Amino acid sequence: MAVLTEEQSLLRDAARTWTQEKSPVSAFRKVRNSGVALGYDQAAFAEMAEMGWTGVIIPEEYGGSDFGWLSLGLILEETGRTLTASPILSSSVAAGAIVLAGTDAQKQHWLTKLASGEVVGALAVDEGPHHNPAKVALKAEKAGAGWKLTGKKTFVLEGPAAGLLVVSAKTDGGVSLFLVPGDAKGVAKHALKLADSRGAANIDFDGVEVGADALLGEEGKGGPLLDKILDRARAALAAEMLGSALQAFETTLDYLKTRVQFGQVIGSFQALQHRAAKMFTDLELSRSCVEAALTAIDNDGAEVSELVSLAKAKMGDTLHLVSNEMVQMHGGIGMTDEHDAGLYLKRARAQETAFGGQAFHRDRYARLQGF
Amino acid sequence: MADFGGEATEGFRAEVKRWLKDHFPPALKGGSLLQYMEGPSPRNSDVKAWIAAMGETGWGVPTWPKALGGGGLSKEEARVLAQEMNAVGAWNPIGGMGVMMFGPTLLEYGNETQKQTHIPPIARSEIRWCQGFSEPGAGSDLASLQTKCEDKGDHWLVNGSKIWTSGAQWADWCFCLVRTDTSKKHEGISFLLIDMKSPGVEVKPIRLISGNSPFCETFFTDVKVPKENLVGPLGGGWTIAKRLLQHERAGLAGGGGSMGRGGLFAAPMHQLAKEYVEADEGGRIADDDLRSRITGHEIEARAFQLTAIRSLVESRSNQGPSSATSIMKNAGSRIAQERAELTLEVLGAQGLGWEGEGFNADELAAVRGWLGGKAYSIYGGSAEIQNNIISKRILGLPDPLGSSSH
Amino acid sequence: MADLAEFRAEARAWLEANFPPSLRGQSEANAEIIPGGEKPSGDALIWKQRLAANGWGTPTWPKAYGGGGLSSAEARVLAEEMAAIGASNPMAGMGLSMLGPTLLEYGTEDQKQRHIPPIVHGEVRWCQGYSEPGAGSDLAALTTRCEDAGDHWKINGQKIWTSGAQYADWCFCLVRTDTARKHEGISFVLIDMHQPGVEARPIRLIAGSSPFCETFFTDARAEKTDMVGPLNGGWGVGKRLLQHERSGQGGGRLMGGGKPLPEIAAAYVDADEPGAGDLRDRIVAQAVDARAHTLTMKRAAEESRGNQNPSAATSVMKNSGTKIGQDKAELTLEIMGARGLGWEGEVFADEELTAVRAWLFGKATTIFGGSAEIQNNIISKRILGLPDPLGGAKGNG
Repeated sequence: MAVLTEEQSLLRDAARTWTQEKSPVSAFRKVRNSGVALGYDQAAFAEMAEMGWTGVIIPEEYGGSDFGWLSLGLILEETGRTLTASPILSSSVAAGAIVLAGTDAQKQHWLTKLASGEVVGALAVDEGPHHNPAKVALKAEKAGAGWKLTGKKTFVLEGPAAGLLVVSAKTDGGVSLFLVPGDAKGVAKHALKLADSRGAANIDFDGVEVGADALLGEEGKGGPLLDKILDRARAALAAEMLGSALQAFETTLDYLKTRVQFGQVIGSFQALQHRAAKMFTDLELSRSCVEAALTAIDNDGAEVSELVSLAKAKMGDTLHLVSNEMVQMHGGIGMTDEHDAGLYLKRARAQETAFGGQAFHRDRYARLQGF
Repeated sequence: MADFGGEATEGFRAEVKRWLKDHFPPALKGGSLLQYMEGPSPRNSDVKAWIAAMGETGWGVPTWPKALGGGGLSKEEARVLAQEMNAVGAWNPIGGMGVMMFGPTLLEYGNETQKQTHIPPIARSEIRWCQGFSEPGAGSDLASLQTKCEDKGDHWLVNGSKIWTSGAQWADWCFCLVRTDTSKKHEGISFLLIDMKSPGVEVKPIRLISGNSPFCETFFTDVKVPKENLVGPLGGGWTIAKRLLQHERAGLAGGGGSMGRGGLFAAPMHQLAKEYVEADEGGRIADDDLRSRITGHEIEARAFQLTAIRSLVESRSNQGPSSATSIMKNAGSRIAQERAELTLEVLGAQGLGWEGEGFNADELAAVRGWLGGKAYSIYGGSAEIQNNIISKRILGLPDPLGSSSH
Repeated sequence: MADLAEFRAEARAWLEANFPPSLRGQSEANAEIIPGGEKPSGDALIWKQRLAANGWGTPTWPKAYGGGGLSSAEARVLAEEMAAIGASNPMAGMGLSMLGPTLLEYGTEDQKQRHIPPIVHGEVRWCQGYSEPGAGSDLAALTTRCEDAGDHWKINGQKIWTSGAQYADWCFCLVRTDTARKHEGISFVLIDMHQPGVEARPIRLIAGSSPFCETFFTDARAEKTDMVGPLNGGWGVGKRLLQHERSGQGGGRLMGGGKPLPEIAAAYVDADEPGAGDLRDRIVAQAVDARAHTLTMKRAAEESRGNQNPSAATSVMKNSGTKIGQDKAELTLEIMGARGLGWEGEVFADEELTAVRAWLFGKATTIFGGSAEIQNNIISKRILGLPDPLGGAKGNG
């Protein structure tokens, strides 16, 4: 664990207490069983907003606390542990986009509402089964003073709840980003029922008209900006993945220490011990990458993209291993729906896939290094 | 790094600066102990003079007591010394096992006579030490060692053999774990100092798969050892040995170990790949599969590097030692070995040379390094033992029923 | 061999005459590997009755109990002819593959007379009461108690992973008749599932609903005449039954066809998208493993010259095969990307939803039927001759 300031320690401790007491895995299970398209519990989210979690990366003048991305990562690590379903990550990323490139008017209009949790934000970037942000087909054409958006976006996380969509579109000059209200005319959401039971939607944009003030940043120059926004999403997600992996590991470790077969605790068998040691090693290596990426974002370091791809790739591999081992080491009960192992497994695959999987990020890491 | 010294330290700093100017031979600038010490005593006259100078001030072992030939410096002063030496490219010529492991251990467990006898020559690099621990039948299970030490009234009589005694062929003395009681395993071990020139001591160097090595087999046949060479109490050797191994590990961790020349912090793997493997039109390594694996390796290496930094920072803070330290040896060995394998793959046929024409020095070194590197996951606590330590001490997993644990 | 050719012709002709045309081309529909709730009717019922009348649902069983009385070679020929015409065996189930053969070896005459004919005719469904929550890999640690109640046995306890228990008529069960000895305190009894003291509760798996159940016995009754093998001699009977189970499974054949991965990838992955090359490399690696496995299966079959007895080599094939299957499932999901994350709904293609469920269910292949860890123990100890640790923690049953 990175050496934290007192502020950060308090934030983390508060997050840990709240998630363990108010939002254990059983709370997520309830959300799942309720089958609600939103994919999260609105009352719980309201509590998180009240604790300021929705404003961690938003400047104080808009009602945030501006603690930064490492701090957000501390919270997400805790929510990741208990598989807490909430749009904090998605909203923070959308808010982050506006903090990076918004006009004063855009900041005034959106950030306060995002900080208070009144509006949920979402990133609408993917257009197919594989994350490939450079490839954009959704069009934005000039319509009077404003724009008209036509096309489709897929797998928009928190799509069903989103009151703000940050959309990548092709304009004459190249790639541009737009801030589109979730209930704008022409926006049609199709909620998806995913294996990890979180909220997501395919969204059609059927001639959606937005004003000139919806353009985020410069027209045609959205590529680098989108990269920066996505890097924040990836780093934040990696922090959540770290939490999930840690809890999956710890639950499994407990099982190794309590399950008796052949007259002794199965954790005494060396083959299992060494597999546990491997997971522990990978978790420590992954933590270093995740913390370095989040810190680099806060410090606006030169190596942000490299460190982010490093973190997403390494954390993805570790989570992949740990989520599989959790089922395998629990044996038969790990296969039951009643046990938590299946929940961690399903969530893991979704987290690995979002914003680019391991292969995507290995490739990106290599490109950034020049090979 | 911040320097917290006050005026006194600044005075010391000035003194060090002057002394270095007078005593550090500029020709040695930027070198290292390893360069000159891999073998018998250095013959280079500059090095000999430098050793003598550092031996006189005791600054080769800066925080050891002055009365015993050490520098008698405080921690801050030692830090200042290190900074100033670094600034002029000076390096510590006083080293070896005496400095890294045995000296600190003797300072804790030796009696006055032993300390007076052995510490000053270490401080002056006049005496070289070797370690008599492992035996053919006692590797990972070191405590099962058998080298016998019998009480003959006015002396000890030692019979047995040690293996992996590094530098034994050039060593003057050996600190040795011997069995003084065959009825008890750990409590039957004692810590004995043996003069390598004693009759009955024989040394045979061991050739490794990588070629020559400093490792030896050492045979003790009816070797007589003075009674006063027992360190600590009879049967107290295991505790002392454990402490000594802690010193060894701290020493290795500090320097990042001796894991391969060029190690983990040298140029990234992909730069070498670009020299030996074709590039495609985009300038990327043309072999997809190789490129993915190199990327995977570089990610691991980077993660390891970040973890080394993190564990250092965490250990220094109030939180105490970082949980990450336990993984370092295994992770570091594995990554270094992967790098060696990838290097050979990248070199292709150029990575198959043993010696001679058709291969440059770096290519030959890569092969030797690959072979020698197989040892990283074996010595100093094998990968399996490290996994056991992680499993049991960090993760709290139990021993199997009926097993002999320690 | 001439006899065999004659038999083949006979079987072919009989099938042509008796296998209802309406069932042809629907072999999936009438395969009953996992017992469902419905009983066959119409042409399916006719088919079952005709096959049973010949005893060909249980081809090698003695004619005396209604079986086909065929040799193994003839049974193989019959299986080939049935496959050729698209007929499957409605008598398939645990009675056919596991209990029947075991009863024929260990049962009393009375037991065989009572229990074999109903299996021959497909009139009875059996389930297996072996594993318990506290006795998985260490099956011999089972505690379901069987006490002598004078004129019958009284059973109390709980079984888990009883596949099809909610539809089964009978259960063959390993029970504890002596608490003082581990393996030698186990007996093998047959229990009627249709009684108040037996309750089966389906278990939902991570992949969705499943045929597996928890089965609770509360003062359940088994007849004195329904103990197979001697009192406290059940462990040997139970192990023999497992051997029949494993040879029936054809040990280690790669599971599930499905399209080859490159074909799936062509539909989901752009050749020039980031990470495509990396993915391709791993698809190739899996294909190499799969090919090596299939070639090894072939070689093993040739070397054992058709000797079907499972050996420790089966452990090698099981571990190899299950890993390959799981790798394929993971790669399929990765190929499908976000489309491989669907649980249900029209937005996802059937193939995509099936891939997710198969991925999840496939996690069981390295757990059930002897976990991968147990298989490794078998390989280590029985093939490689590595010893048990001191203190005797024997890691396999």
